[in-house]
Amino acid sequence: MIENRPIVTLASHLLILLGIAIIAFPIWVTFVASTHEAVRMVQIPLPLLPGDQFFENFQEAMNRGITGAGNLPVSVMLLNSLIMALMIAFGKIAISLLSAFAIVYFRFPFRMGFFWIIFITLMLPVEVRILPTFEVVANLGMLNSYWGLSIPLIASATATFMFRQVFLTIPDELLESARIDGAGPMRFFVDILLPLSRTNIAALFVILFIYGWNQYLWPLLITTDQSMYTVVMGIKQMLEAAEQAPAWNLIMMTALLAMLPPVAVVVFMQRLFVKGLTETEK
Amino acid sequence: MLKRVHFGPSILPFLLVAPQIIVTLVFFIWPAGQALYQSLLLEDAFGLKTEFVWFRNFITLFEDENYLGTFQRTIIFSFLVAFSSMSFALMLAGMADRVVRGATTYRTLLIWPYAVAPVIAGALWVFMFDPTLGIITYALSYLGYEWNHKLNGTEAMALVVIAAAWKQVAYNFLFFLAAMQSIPKSLIEAAAIDGAGPLRRFWSIIFPLITPTTFFLLVINVVYAFFDTFGIIHAVTQGGPANSTQILVYKVFSDGFIGLDLGGSAAQSVVLMAIVITLTVVQFRFVEKRVEYQ
Repeated sequence: MIENRPIVTLASHLLILLGIAIIAFPIWVTFVASTHEAVRMVQIPLPLLPGDQFFENFQEAMNRGITGAGNLPVSVMLLNSLIMALMIAFGKIAISLLSAFAIVYFRFPFRMGFFWIIFITLMLPVEVRILPTFEVVANLGMLNSYWGLSIPLIASATATFMFRQVFLTIPDELLESARIDGAGPMRFFVDILLPLSRTNIAALFVILFIYGWNQYLWPLLITTDQSMYTVVMGIKQMLEAAEQAPAWNLIMMTALLAMLPPVAVVVFMQRLFVKGLTETEK
Repeated sequence: MLKRVHFGPSILPFLLVAPQIIVTLVFFIWPAGQALYQSLLLEDAFGLKTEFVWFRNFITLFEDENYLGTFQRTIIFSFLVAFSSMSFALMLAGMADRVVRGATTYRTLLIWPYAVAPVIAGALWVFMFDPTLGIITYALSYLGYEWNHKLNGTEAMALVVIAAAWKQVAYNFLFFLAAMQSIPKSLIEAAAIDGAGPLRRFWSIIFPLITPTTFFLLVINVVYAFFDTFGIIHAVTQGGPANSTQILVYKVFSDGFIGLDLGGSAAQSVVLMAIVITLTVVQFRFVEKRVEYQ
């Protein structure tokens, strides 16, 4: 505190609280909608206070899904999302660790060439190469599969750069002493590099899990089989069904379930999340 | 780049980079090359004949009023998203930086929308602004304003901007707060001794000192508005009414997957790639240099 101005401080607190209220309002409305019966959700004005149907709606969404959106239970969608998010996060981390290790610790032909190929992925987000990537995946027969959902997204320049940065700060003496003790490259990688980059891996995992969980355009293109729908996509199907028969209580319950895992990751692993965010963006 | 102490050449490093290089070549470089190639082809409506037409697809594209309109709209959209979410986040961060007590709690309460998927953010806002049921529509009609984003293009644009900005506030807040907290307290104290009030200190010291962060966030927000808002638009308006919320990314998708205009869609992809490359270069050259101001 620079100086004591109680009124300004109080005003600051109030303004922040107001900001938080504005930011949180949509979630409150969502939560309220998920606790009422379907009938109540078509009467104007909509409620602003929670009702008592939360568990009924929860069970219905999880077990039966929504008519008009294929009746696919939300629990199946959540499982699909989880598998996709984990495959993307682990896949990205694994291949980036390996390639960063090769680029930092080995002298070999085309080293910089490989580095630039990886760098280029930064400039080709999935949105700009939708159609041709779809064709490749279709030709490889990976439509409607977890592989098709995750592999085309796992090449990551940012993760490779981050691990490269981490490896460059690791003292050379560690490699020298490991060599004297007779460790080969893979032994050095597993026993020394991996433990030293543990927090970075965890921080990156938080960011990549959210990234994977929230994928929308890609799953939308390559899944036509309903049993492969992810929950983030499922919401959109439900919104379309809502044009005819609104089941807002169930839609909002699904929205709540769909945002819960990534939000929980952000809130409970906040320190890692902030670290991951600031380091990958450098 | 390379460690002073390193391993000699062998087959191992090739095996180590192989997974990433294969994925990159198959799913990034090859499709991007295909997009480049297809953008030079013209296919008839039934896909029977293809003709090599050099840059005619691009010429058609830039003579198309509709496409130019989309371009202009995308720029307005990303400006509005960047400006509104950054100014809101800047205000909150300025306040949170001032109050010592509770800053961490406030941060926790403000950063979670980052984790909400764009399409879900779209679903939440479209529910609140639903023309017949929406809770905000109801409040507005109480004030004598009839909201219907399904008919009114300006309102549709406002809704997607709100939803997109809402999601991005968390990110901007986090970076603004971090930048403000890294300013040496002695500077602020010196200004306070010279008699500068909180507002004066903010505009004359804090704001100029966080300029690098502001530039950085500007680029990030523009990239976000250009590419990551597809889900929001798809959930809220599907580009409508009458294309009033159709942005570039959405048009690539709808022309390619719904309109099946391969050459045109590929040409649009190439234009988008050029934009990403420009923005990436700006971010790496210009912004990175600005950061080293101290």
